[in-house]
Amino acid sequence: MRSGACRFLRTSVILLLALAWHAVAAQETAPTETSKQAGLAAWQQVYSVLTHPRCINCHTATNYPEQGDDRHRHLFNVVRGPGGKGVPGLNCATCHQGANADSTGVPGAHNWHLAPLSMKWQDTNDKILPSADVCRSVSEHSKDAGGILRHHQQEPLVLWSFQPGRRRDGTERSVPPLTHEEFVAATRTWVDAGMPCPSNP
Amino acid sequence: MQTYTLSVNGQSKEVTVDPSTPLLWVLREELKMTGTKYGCGISACGACTVHLAGIATRSCVVPISLVGDRPIVTIEGIGQDRVGRVVQDAWISDDVVQCGYCQSGQIMAAVALLKSIPEPSDANIEASMGGNLCRCGTYVRIRKAIMTASQKLA
Repeated sequence: MRSGACRFLRTSVILLLALAWHAVAAQETAPTETSKQAGLAAWQQVYSVLTHPRCINCHTATNYPEQGDDRHRHLFNVVRGPGGKGVPGLNCATCHQGANADSTGVPGAHNWHLAPLSMKWQDTNDKILPSADVCRSVSEHSKDAGGILRHHQQEPLVLWSFQPGRRRDGTERSVPPLTHEEFVAATRTWVDAGMPCPSNP
Repeated sequence: MQTYTLSVNGQSKEVTVDPSTPLLWVLREELKMTGTKYGCGISACGACTVHLAGIATRSCVVPISLVGDRPIVTIEGIGQDRVGRVVQDAWISDDVVQCGYCQSGQIMAAVALLKSIPEPSDANIEASMGGNLCRCGTYVRIRKAIMTASQKLA
């Protein structure tokens, strides 16, 4: 009888501890309203970078990349190609090398290519998609939260956009509105808040 | 000035040039290989096309400092390659050339196309050759010669 009471007591304690741990863990992982607001604000910062010409020119919905701050269609009849790297005879690597060629004005970074159509941030008329749509696209394609953070931290083409080199006339290409460090910090805040997305207006 | 060792058409070549010098001018001025042509200087026309590690590359915009150890093949060496030889033969048999200035670049692009897509469609040819301009307008004969070469390679 006493042994049964002990077992009951032990089980109750374990259950109570488990419930308490679960409550604490839930408090730690579930975004609070404050962190959600911070996440949404951080997303707007991320969005301001993603839609800068250095980034969005290769996140098109069309069969071609864009160029320049006016986001005009890429010259020289360049096309997307099946893998987003152009076509044989006219690959991205036909001109874009592993680093910026400042003496000839051609930008470059490792594995220059277009983003896949699933990561388009424009419509087929080259109009930039609203913040809510881009947010959903990014969050839906981020299978693990760390993936998008790593992409923004390490991907050579992302890094390139913050050091895009010089144009042929010697002037510097424009850069996104945040520094790379600020961009990564904003991404981290957004990810930590559970990748919240704004609603469509 | 800096010294670079290049692999050009299977041969080792040493050049001492400014690192910002485009590959085109290293080929033409330093190595006296004038088959590769200067057209626009901004990668818009394709006359300067060579193969860099097998990829058709606009040599007018690639500084020598970015070439590295990648092998270079120019129009002078493309005939050593089976596909290159067949394309050159097709160019002659189909009488493609008019003034000829752009044709070394056209051939280099066509070889890159056929190595990747041995039986190209008209759409493949248009997409791949669309960046190689010809002021004489030999496009119809270029397309025909690519088809001829494709059939011979089959």
